[in-house]
Amino acid sequence: MSILRQRVLPGFGLSLGYALTYLSLIVLLPLAALAWKAVGMGASGWLQLLSAPRTLAALRLSLGGAVLAASINAVIGLLVGWVLVRYRFPGRRVFDALVDLPFALPTAVAGIALTTLYAPQGWLGRWLEPLGIQVAYTPLGVLVAMVFVGFPFVVRTLQPVLASLERDVEEAAESLGARRWQTFFRVILPLLAPTLLTGFALALARAVGEYGSVIFIAGNIPGRSEIAPLLIVQKLEQFDYAGAAALGAAMLLLSFVLLVLVALLQRWSQRWAESSR
Amino acid sequence: MTSRLRRRPLGWPRRLARLVLIVLALVFLLLFLVLPLTTVFIEAFRQGVGAFVEAIRQPEALSAMRLTLLVATIAVPLNVVFGVAAAWAMTRFQFRGKAFLGALIDLPFSVSPVISGLIYVLMFGAQGWFGPWLERHDIKIIFAVPGLVLATVFITLPFVARELIPLMESQGSEEEEAARVLGASGWQMFFRVTLPNIRWALLYGVLLCNARAMGEFGAVSVVSGHIRGLTTTMPLEVEMRYNEYDYVGAFAVASLLALLALLTLGIKTLMEWRYGDELATHAPGGH
Repeated sequence: MSILRQRVLPGFGLSLGYALTYLSLIVLLPLAALAWKAVGMGASGWLQLLSAPRTLAALRLSLGGAVLAASINAVIGLLVGWVLVRYRFPGRRVFDALVDLPFALPTAVAGIALTTLYAPQGWLGRWLEPLGIQVAYTPLGVLVAMVFVGFPFVVRTLQPVLASLERDVEEAAESLGARRWQTFFRVILPLLAPTLLTGFALALARAVGEYGSVIFIAGNIPGRSEIAPLLIVQKLEQFDYAGAAALGAAMLLLSFVLLVLVALLQRWSQRWAESSR
Repeated sequence: MTSRLRRRPLGWPRRLARLVLIVLALVFLLLFLVLPLTTVFIEAFRQGVGAFVEAIRQPEALSAMRLTLLVATIAVPLNVVFGVAAAWAMTRFQFRGKAFLGALIDLPFSVSPVISGLIYVLMFGAQGWFGPWLERHDIKIIFAVPGLVLATVFITLPFVARELIPLMESQGSEEEEAARVLGASGWQMFFRVTLPNIRWALLYGVLLCNARAMGEFGAVSVVSGHIRGLTTTMPLEVEMRYNEYDYVGAFAVASLLALLALLTLGIKTLMEWRYGDELATHAPGGH
């Protein structure tokens, strides 16, 4: 059958050739330019760049903030996904559609809207200010923007799994005398863990490199609320191409390492899920 | 046994827990998603309809709208052709390195928008690989429209392919093989069998691709140079006005983009309700 198919269906050379040429020109070649420029800076240049306190602070904020934001999204995403899949209430479908808003809303628009809301005189900032919580123009603001842009990932990865989760398993646990929270932590959570981690990884990857929604609310104070992508932009504006390329390459490498770690965690949680069955 | 359990009425602690969870989720959605969206429109009309209309009728706003449309009109069709070609090759043939190709198609989603712009500056910028050559031939790519298009193409590259690949995989190729055996030419088979089968998924991909193309900020910002009236797309115009403390102007343009986002969400939801079976069940893509 497959031999027949290969002979009957046309266009293999054309479609694959076109796709490969396109990918090479749009993706591979430019990325090669990045690697070339980054390597060309030499070891001493790299050392100087990566040991600068400002670079380190920016990388720490981008990576640390993204890990924190993805963790928050995992918890809230689980809650929202659970409520949308399991319960019936008026307006459920509208709320379900709204989950995708951070995907659809341009990041610059989200950025200025969040800043206006959380600024000291803003609708939300006004209430937080007396509590001593300042969100806009602080690292907390960076976190808020990162949670916003990564929010849909966890909900959308969890929903199909939650829908297909067999209620029998839960009911069996309960008929055996498990309490509701025991069922949740011992039965449901282990089954959801691998999917939860997939959503976590997607939200993480998005937040690490996020730029548009963050720069307005961050206030961009060097060493405090300045994210790594902004530092790249500043290096480009000073025509420091090599520095920008090196920082870009460092960011790509670091997020790659983070995602490999998440994949390892996922493999481990898969075993957990299987053993708890 | 299970059916008896299922019919058992819930006790009040369970009902209370359920209510608390629903309220928590809705409060979060309202505060975190609905409120920012509302803010955009309220700020845009803060000084009345007249100021809003004035703000979006300024020449810079109009030229930003034209440029955004132009960039999307070039970038989206390019990625549609690529998406169809890649999906055809990936789902209808076996070849070595398929998984690698799939990963490569997804790559732009996991690269920071700023890096997506940076790579083209390193290629075509003044100090880039082709910079000196371009300068000698008086071709401008960076800080000009071609750069904006390239960065947008990179950012939106995966959308169409990602919608089509799982769908075409699950549809199989029996109908196409039958068409061929019955004597259809390659293009006849494509336009009469393949295209009708994938039309809704294709449209869905185009919808998402277009929304991102029109709303992209980071990548475009790096290659634009922010030349007013020439290389500022709508999101960049929003940024420039905001940084100049022209809040009504910034939110006026932003409200048009928010309207586009709402429209996209609306059509997307309608398509999911109406043509759910003809769309692939997809993992959420980065947008």
